[in-house]
Amino acid sequence: MPDPTTAPHASEPVAFPQDRSCPYHPPTGYDPLRTDRPLSRVTLYDGRPAWLVTGHALARALLADPRLSSDRTRDGFPTTTPRFAAARDRRLALLGVDDPEHRSQRRMMVPSFTLKRAAALRPRIQHIVDDLLDAMIAQGPPAELVGAFALPVPSMVICELLGVPYADHEFFEEQSRRLLRGPDVADTLDARDRLEEYLGDLIDRKREEPGEGVLDELVRQRPADGGPDRAEVISLAVILLVAGHETTANMISLGTYTLLQHPGRLAELRADPALLPAAVEELMRLLSIADGLLRQATEDIEVAGATIRAGDGVVFSTSVINRDQDVYPAPDALDFHRSTRHHVSFGFGIHQCLGQNLARAELEIALGALVRRLPGLRLAAPPQEIPFKPGDTIQGMLELPVTW
Amino acid sequence: MPIDIDKDVCIGAGQCALAAPHVFTQDDEGFSTLLTDPETGAADPMARVAAKACPVGAITITEPPA
Repeated sequence: MPDPTTAPHASEPVAFPQDRSCPYHPPTGYDPLRTDRPLSRVTLYDGRPAWLVTGHALARALLADPRLSSDRTRDGFPTTTPRFAAARDRRLALLGVDDPEHRSQRRMMVPSFTLKRAAALRPRIQHIVDDLLDAMIAQGPPAELVGAFALPVPSMVICELLGVPYADHEFFEEQSRRLLRGPDVADTLDARDRLEEYLGDLIDRKREEPGEGVLDELVRQRPADGGPDRAEVISLAVILLVAGHETTANMISLGTYTLLQHPGRLAELRADPALLPAAVEELMRLLSIADGLLRQATEDIEVAGATIRAGDGVVFSTSVINRDQDVYPAPDALDFHRSTRHHVSFGFGIHQCLGQNLARAELEIALGALVRRLPGLRLAAPPQEIPFKPGDTIQGMLELPVTW
Repeated sequence: MPIDIDKDVCIGAGQCALAAPHVFTQDDEGFSTLLTDPETGAADPMARVAAKACPVGAITITEPPA
């Protein structure tokens, strides 16, 4: 009798993750996964097997399933990169904890991330974007868009959100860059130590003189009343940085690259700025920059004719899920008129991105301003020569030389 | 109630308010709340889209009796 855990998916496991060959399409090495929906076996970088969820309906069901844990300190939790493996003993707030702990952390943060709050931040975001573009335009053309625009926009928005004083922006941005793009694990951890120390001092100052940011709101909720203690506020602040900086920056850089590689769509967007929210949503679906959400089964789960055993690693390939042709016809095309809602680029279930409303606002404002203010925007190098990130991290451009 | 919002389950993602802004909003704590009476809300075709967009299935819409 065939083994029920492998019978429906008996082909050779595909390696996951792999590097993309085009920065906005899934690796061609994932093609077998696209024909083997909704669930495959894959081999992770360390040789360990894992389940890879590739079907849209199954992904939504399993991402909302409490039998899958996000606690990466668990024995046997899957990892997709050595960088991640080295830092796994450090607990990550929110996205690395399960309910009920997750629930209490999320509830502390939610009031700062509602649609209304994101809308209220729009004028500040617009100001940040305009200032950065003014500086870039004054110094160019050409420009390197990742350093001049894509990275600083979310970094400055996070400073605004956390209430980091302007005088500390440079230090804060430098450490964030090292944390997210440091040359090695030691550098990353050192940056995290410095940021945690800085945030601790900042929190102490805010306890004395509370202001308007997210940190101020967190310190106002006293531990005695169920609010977070100092260490928890620090770890929540770090998570906002980790989750909100590189992701948004990569959506700006890769979103721009993708639009420049689709001149028809770009012209359409220029002609009708009302398409902007739909364009941002469709870019999020197509680019699926966080490709490989990690979970571990805490119980046996029967799905799609297979049994995921307690302890098995379960990985969600958002790039494959978001191109499920049962949900998105002609899934590889960039189409601002399709119903792109229900993509899983922000995840699904209790861990769905806390900052998604803010991310949408940032992307609409940043991409909208780029398109509007630089009608002659184009790549300043042959597209195939522009470096982008390897497959084991958030996808995006390493550099983006542009001119106008 | 033709629309039920389970506030114990709601995580304040705001996807209902994004999908059906005439039916749902977020209160000061971020939880989903109705802007209309439940009957009017359930009749809005976007209410169902909003229920499907909820990442934690906190919104239930029941069919009106035939």
